[in-house]
Amino acid sequence: MKKVGLIVNPIAGMGGKVGLKGTDGQAILAEAKRMGAEQVSPQRTVKALERLIPLKNAIELITYPQEMGEEVANQCGFNPKVIGSITQGMTSSDDTKQACKDLFKMKIDLLLFAGGDGTARDIYNSIGNEIVVLGIPTGVKMHSSVFAYNPMRAGDLAMIYLQGKVKELKEAEVMDIDEEAFRKGFVSAKLYGYLRVPFGRRYIQGLKAGSPPTEKYSQEAIAQKIIDDMEDDCFYIIGPGTTTRTIMEKLNLDFTLLGVDLLHRKKLIEEDLNEKKLLEHIKGKKAKLVITPIGGQGFLFGRGNQQLSPNVIKEVGKDNIIVIATSHKINSLNGHPFLIDSGDTELDRLLSGYVIVITGYQESVVYRVTS
Amino acid sequence: MFEKGGTKMNRKNKVRNFHQAKWDEPVIFELSNKGERGILFPEIEKEIEMDIGDGISNLPKNMVREQPPNLPELSQMQVLKHYLRLSQQTLGADLNVDIGQGTCTMKYSPKINEKLATSSKFTELHPSQDETTVQGILEIIYKLDLFLREISGLDKFTFQPSGGSQAIFAIASIIHAHHEASGESEKRDEIITTMFSHPSDAAAPIVKGYKIINIYPNEDGLPAVEALEKAVSNRTAGLLITNPEDTGIFNPKIREFTRIVHEIGGVCGYDQANANGILGITRAKEAGFDLCFFNLHKTFSSPHGCGGPAAGALGVTEEFIKYLPTPLVEFDESKYFFNYDVPRSIGKVRAFYGVVPAILKAYSWIMSLGSKGLREVSEIAVLNNNYLLKKVLELRGASAPYAEGRHRIEQVRYSWDELYRETGVTTEDITCRMVDFGFHMWSSHHPFIVPQPFTLEPTESYSKAEIDEYIAGLKKVVEEAYENPEIVKTAPHRSVVHKIDVDSLDDPTRWAITWRAYLKKSKK
Ligand SMILES: Cc1ncc(COP(=O)(O)O)c(C=O)c1O
Repeated sequence: MKKVGLIVNPIAGMGGKVGLKGTDGQAILAEAKRMGAEQVSPQRTVKALERLIPLKNAIELITYPQEMGEEVANQCGFNPKVIGSITQGMTSSDDTKQACKDLFKMKIDLLLFAGGDGTARDIYNSIGNEIVVLGIPTGVKMHSSVFAYNPMRAGDLAMIYLQGKVKELKEAEVMDIDEEAFRKGFVSAKLYGYLRVPFGRRYIQGLKAGSPPTEKYSQEAIAQKIIDDMEDDCFYIIGPGTTTRTIMEKLNLDFTLLGVDLLHRKKLIEEDLNEKKLLEHIKGKKAKLVITPIGGQGFLFGRGNQQLSPNVIKEVGKDNIIVIATSHKINSLNGHPFLIDSGDTELDRLLSGYVIVITGYQESVVYRVTS
Repeated sequence: MFEKGGTKMNRKNKVRNFHQAKWDEPVIFELSNKGERGILFPEIEKEIEMDIGDGISNLPKNMVREQPPNLPELSQMQVLKHYLRLSQQTLGADLNVDIGQGTCTMKYSPKINEKLATSSKFTELHPSQDETTVQGILEIIYKLDLFLREISGLDKFTFQPSGGSQAIFAIASIIHAHHEASGESEKRDEIITTMFSHPSDAAAPIVKGYKIINIYPNEDGLPAVEALEKAVSNRTAGLLITNPEDTGIFNPKIREFTRIVHEIGGVCGYDQANANGILGITRAKEAGFDLCFFNLHKTFSSPHGCGGPAAGALGVTEEFIKYLPTPLVEFDESKYFFNYDVPRSIGKVRAFYGVVPAILKAYSWIMSLGSKGLREVSEIAVLNNNYLLKKVLELRGASAPYAEGRHRIEQVRYSWDELYRETGVTTEDITCRMVDFGFHMWSSHHPFIVPQPFTLEPTESYSKAEIDEYIAGLKKVVEEAYENPEIVKTAPHRSVVHKIDVDSLDDPTRWAITWRAYLKKSKK
């Protein structure tokens, strides 16, 4: 019988909707809670585990107590073996590391873990690439390529791996960015190491691609197009990224590289807004949302811009979403479609299909979007 | 880096070693020696001078140069040596198995057609001659028009555009004229194309002032009907599309594409420069197109690119004849004549009637094959391509993304991505190493969606033995990539130039395509 380990980082992803770009560190967690953040990681883990229900009697699921795995496993009808101990509501990265070491000793065949880049780092730091792992994406930052595109695909990939249908492994990057710097608007992504994951090409997130300097000209042409088309009676929500940043630079406005900024009549209304503040500003007004996919992955929603929550997207309306990207950025996806993982399955479906992407002053492309 | 004992070519050892001649040959302007002459003209004889003057002073003043042209000054022998040396440093279509230039349709152009085009009966014609004195060539132009009408199903052709891209520009201009006639040209300012159509299908309409919407392919390599539906609107002026696309995949829904675009009032233009695999099999008319063009210099065997002048044959349905560039060549049952009476003509896109030598060669080629022969050309081109496809896929590290397991039409865009990931050897490295075995490979595979792309098109010209030779060359390079990647990464080893800094090609401050531009830019 195959042994599957499960570790859930219950606080992963909490900073996202409140615009905190990560939840590494106790002070930030407190801040997130104060701002009304709710746990998202357990529900997303359930979506992955549900896919494994057909294997319920064919695998032994081993996990850590309560919110670190036991609860979601029970919720999905598994009968998990529970090891170790935690202080409920007070888990930290040390618990993740300890759980890793304990599960390693149990000689598991696959470790499923739910979290973000910080969680992946904890796993790498405690057991290196000794066992095969697979990340269920539930964090805010997910630059590492150890994560499946979404929780469902994580479940699907785990399933075919455990059934022996996928035998190849791939060494996937563990990346993380400095959250402190990230909050201040610098990205300094760092490669921490590699974890071994089942190699299902279509299931794993690609590594984020950086923008070469030649991208600059295209970005400027795109930005100019957006600016020239701006309407006076409309709010413009400018999402994170270097492509969107060019709009702000051309308008000589302050901006946050990784946050969401709001414009009206080409003036900055507010920088770095969270979901709540965005909704306050745009409720009942005409608003357009300018976003760019994450290079190398193609995520439009659900990675790095969780402030643009389902509620914000619905308020803006599908027709008012403007997607911009340079041709190079799109081509670096090697034909893989844009991805959406907004957290609202119904909305993801609505946004799927084809989208027009502005790629130059007089140029645009039609590109596929899936969830 | 020669193979031991590998200098002898035989049927068993298909890989030919090749070493290019290398002359440190300067640009001809640098060889110039003041006062040196190729031909010394004799002094004018007194009697003649008395009769007609010195020949210069009786020219109209405004036609006489103030300064002599800045031409290089060399003796005949110097000129001959210079160009012979340069010719030894090239790898032309007549020298190698030229199937590495996918999308270019590098087929064999029979030399008899060159003979015709260089015959004095032809070369001594002048485009300003009265039409009654050039009935022969007008008949050829007219009959080539009839042939292409048959091949495409459309109603009238002009040969004025001097290449495919100019034909696309002319198509964009006709689309514009059409919407202008109904007062909609300002509103309809978007042209739709697809990513694997030729890049000129997007670029030329932009020159005309259009906005472009470009559709990406799905996993099957084809643009989806739903994607087209997303792209069309009341701003759509038209569709410009290649089929089969540069992947060699034929879009079986093409009729639906033209229907959707027609329904919203757009015009459909067909880039038929990839027609080599579909002659006599499918036509523009049945696919629902209003406009189309062929490249005579590709499909119809008039030599391509630097091998000879190009010609874009532009065809239209009845409704669009009124927009064609003038003059049209027509026949009134007794004589051929130029028709300048085209009221809504977009004007000229080139001087006179087009590249007439290319028209003559294409006419001659079609006449030698007949209609059955044309279809056979396509059938063999497709067969060759699918044989090559099978052979390439047997090579380690090669793949043909999209439409897995399906046949292709006349070319395939392959990928060396797997080989690259396993060895670090790129498509460009392979291209450079192939030169050491006497194969020229092309480096343009835009758009670069396919990772480590390479595009092969064997055409109907090559025999199985030659395709096998090509494959043997590729196989050798692939083996080297796995066993000794350095040798591939540092290639070419036996060529004129080893590694060049290609960045300068993207840098307007560093490139120069004329001597004058070079002098100007190098001074800075
Ligand atoms: C499909 C296609 N369309 C257009 C062109 C452009 O033709 P030209 O190079 O004559 O401008 C080419 C050139 O090879 C082509 O392959």
